[in-house]
Amino acid sequence: MADAFANRRQSIPAVLNPFQQHALVLAGQQVLSDGQASILQTLRQEGAEKFKRATRPGRKVEHWKYTSVQALKTYESAGWATPAKLPEGFCSERLMTLNATRLVFVDGALDAAASDSMPAGISLFSEADSLATQLISSHLGKIAGSVDPSRQNLFAALNSAWTTEGLLIHVAQNVILEKPIYLVYISTGSNTVASQRTLVVMEQGANAQLIEHFLSADSDLADSCFVNTLTEIHIGQNAQLHHTRFNLEHESAAHVGAVHVNLMRDSVFNGFTVSEGSKFKRLDYHFNHCGQGASLRFEGVYLARHDQLIDYHTCIEHRVPHCTSQQVFHGIVGDKAKAVFNGRIHIFQDAQKTLAEMNNRNLLTSDSAEINTKPELEIYADDVKCAHGATISQLDDTSLYYLQSRGISPSQARMMLSFGFVNELLSGLPVEDVKLWLENWLRHRFSEDRSLVSETKPSGNAGADL
Amino acid sequence: MLEIHELFAKVEGKQILNGLNLSIKPGEVHAIMGPNGSGKSTLGNVLTGRAGYEVISGDASFNGKNLFDLEVEERARDGLFLAFQYPVEIPGVSNMEFLKASVDARRKHLGLLDLSSFDFMKLARESSQKVSLDPAFLKRGVNEGFSGGEKKRNEIMQMMLLEPSLCILDETDSGLDIDALQVVAAGVNAMRSSSRSFIVVTHYQRLLDYIVPDYVHVLSQGKIVRTGDKELARELEAKGYGWLEEEGV
Ligand SMILES: Nc1ncnc2c1ncn2[C@@H]1O[C@H](COP(=O)(O)OP(=O)(O)O)[C@@H](O)[C@H]1O
Ligand SMILES: [Mg+2]
Repeated sequence: MADAFANRRQSIPAVLNPFQQHALVLAGQQVLSDGQASILQTLRQEGAEKFKRATRPGRKVEHWKYTSVQALKTYESAGWATPAKLPEGFCSERLMTLNATRLVFVDGALDAAASDSMPAGISLFSEADSLATQLISSHLGKIAGSVDPSRQNLFAALNSAWTTEGLLIHVAQNVILEKPIYLVYISTGSNTVASQRTLVVMEQGANAQLIEHFLSADSDLADSCFVNTLTEIHIGQNAQLHHTRFNLEHESAAHVGAVHVNLMRDSVFNGFTVSEGSKFKRLDYHFNHCGQGASLRFEGVYLARHDQLIDYHTCIEHRVPHCTSQQVFHGIVGDKAKAVFNGRIHIFQDAQKTLAEMNNRNLLTSDSAEINTKPELEIYADDVKCAHGATISQLDDTSLYYLQSRGISPSQARMMLSFGFVNELLSGLPVEDVKLWLENWLRHRFSEDRSLVSETKPSGNAGADL
Repeated sequence: MLEIHELFAKVEGKQILNGLNLSIKPGEVHAIMGPNGSGKSTLGNVLTGRAGYEVISGDASFNGKNLFDLEVEERARDGLFLAFQYPVEIPGVSNMEFLKASVDARRKHLGLLDLSSFDFMKLARESSQKVSLDPAFLKRGVNEGFSGGEKKRNEIMQMMLLEPSLCILDETDSGLDIDALQVVAAGVNAMRSSSRSFIVVTHYQRLLDYIVPDYVHVLSQGKIVRTGDKELARELEAKGYGWLEEEGV
């Protein structure tokens, strides 16, 4: 397999390409206070070291098979974003109105004016008290490091190399957060680079809802922003987290984002991801079932049109018995856009009685759109249930007939069914206001642009490695 | 209202309707009975214009218009309604949105103004109560996770909202318990009028105790082989369909 090859390559530092060189120059430009340095220096150095040695993305590397990083060439001389002042009314117009604790970050820096005050347990890395410092040093970089190293992509290492600040969310033992935490990450600047790091530590029996929302400032303030984000989540025994992540940046944006989750005994992770393609968008989710009885439900919706790209790689490591994972992804790809869904499920020999399900459905709305959907299963235990399915489907003829037989025009019927294809998954969203906001957003997308509506029966370019 | 003349139709290359004639006047209720596979659902599909159901010859005029010249949605807007034998589940499209789109399309065709969301919601809630369907069903996906009976009530609710001039009910009674059957029948009876006609396709005479038909037809091998009044339905229930074939129709 490609793994062995990748490992061998990792031990020989390759000559750095201009993007890598520049990325390290950018790290060198960052100024840290003594406090930040004492917490983050090791993470940064190790990150830089890993980044230098990491396998360079390319077609021969299994987890970069479908996505070219050529688009990142534009950042070979880019500078750090300097947070722009958000225009009046931006937050009320563009953000969700939620009964939640809202924290707004602009290009990696907290915008205090747009944010609520931080409740107990939540703090910036730079303002960490002794407990927070301790939590950061025992978890930061450790969760992202726990999955098979050959599976890690170099951008997680780069994120560590670039970390000067971040947010710690600590939910103490048996604490139930009444209000969801709403983290907003806004990009500004032109051809700029930014980095974002978040650490969530849920102690035993803790319960919380977290919403992460990525977006770009209006196009006069944000163009071609590159963002590298990493959220690490530790879910302690019997703890539960609802996690929703929206990647709805402007299409000129490049986004490399990852969420790494360790699930302890009897813990529950309910995840939802929504994304719209952009110039370059790669989203990695790594789940590590570390304790028996842990359960994972993960749903996702993606839309790509124009010449956008959206690449999802999910990786679930079942290390121990009696855990479950259920993944459902629906995507619509139109115009000349390209989508990738690569779902890896790795069931270790000890992980008996694992129940793992994965389903990816795609709707292709143009002949020049491209979908690569690939289940990647490695199962070493013999007493497990693992079901997976990947389809590239059309709108259902009977459903179309049903709508038309009620007087609805074929054009409207197709829009309703295409919208329904993704809207169907929204019932999994726990916060009603988030669901309504997203439903409206989707409705708007489908009504303003028919490229996401399945009109005909396209024939080409569907690649399913089944 | 509806005149079908010598209708021949095929599905997937197989000829199913074999010279069917039927004439329905405003206000009439016609029951169609017949063995499984005789073409009852095919008739509904051909009349509503479902893709794949191909007319070979013959014609059908609906309120003076040639039905086969019209698209599926145009027939519906003109007042033709089919309550499906197997209503379709459409997850992700809410029942309310579906009903509103249907009613808007019909009203627009009739030159009426769109109902406001508020007025429509009120109307939909009232209709759902008339068929004893919890208004919560309006928020769910179209027929998504509905029981058989709930799906059939949803069909009747659609019929009430659309106020069609010709309603075809395809085995709406099949699999219903007596309560649901009474709800469906009450819905139909409330809508009976001198200007509205019904084709009630059923397997069981029981329904016709509640919806009393003007005519009962027997469909066999794609054509109507016998026509009578409601007593014919009793006879069929008692004797089955075999005797008709023995009589050499
Ligand atoms: N979509 C279809 N594809 C193939 N055969 C069909 C289709 N629809 C109906 N048929 C065939 O046409 C015949 C009549 O079916 P149908 O009209 O459903 O009968 P009924 O409703 O009287 O039970 C049957 O032999 C059935 O198999
Ligand atoms: Mg039938």
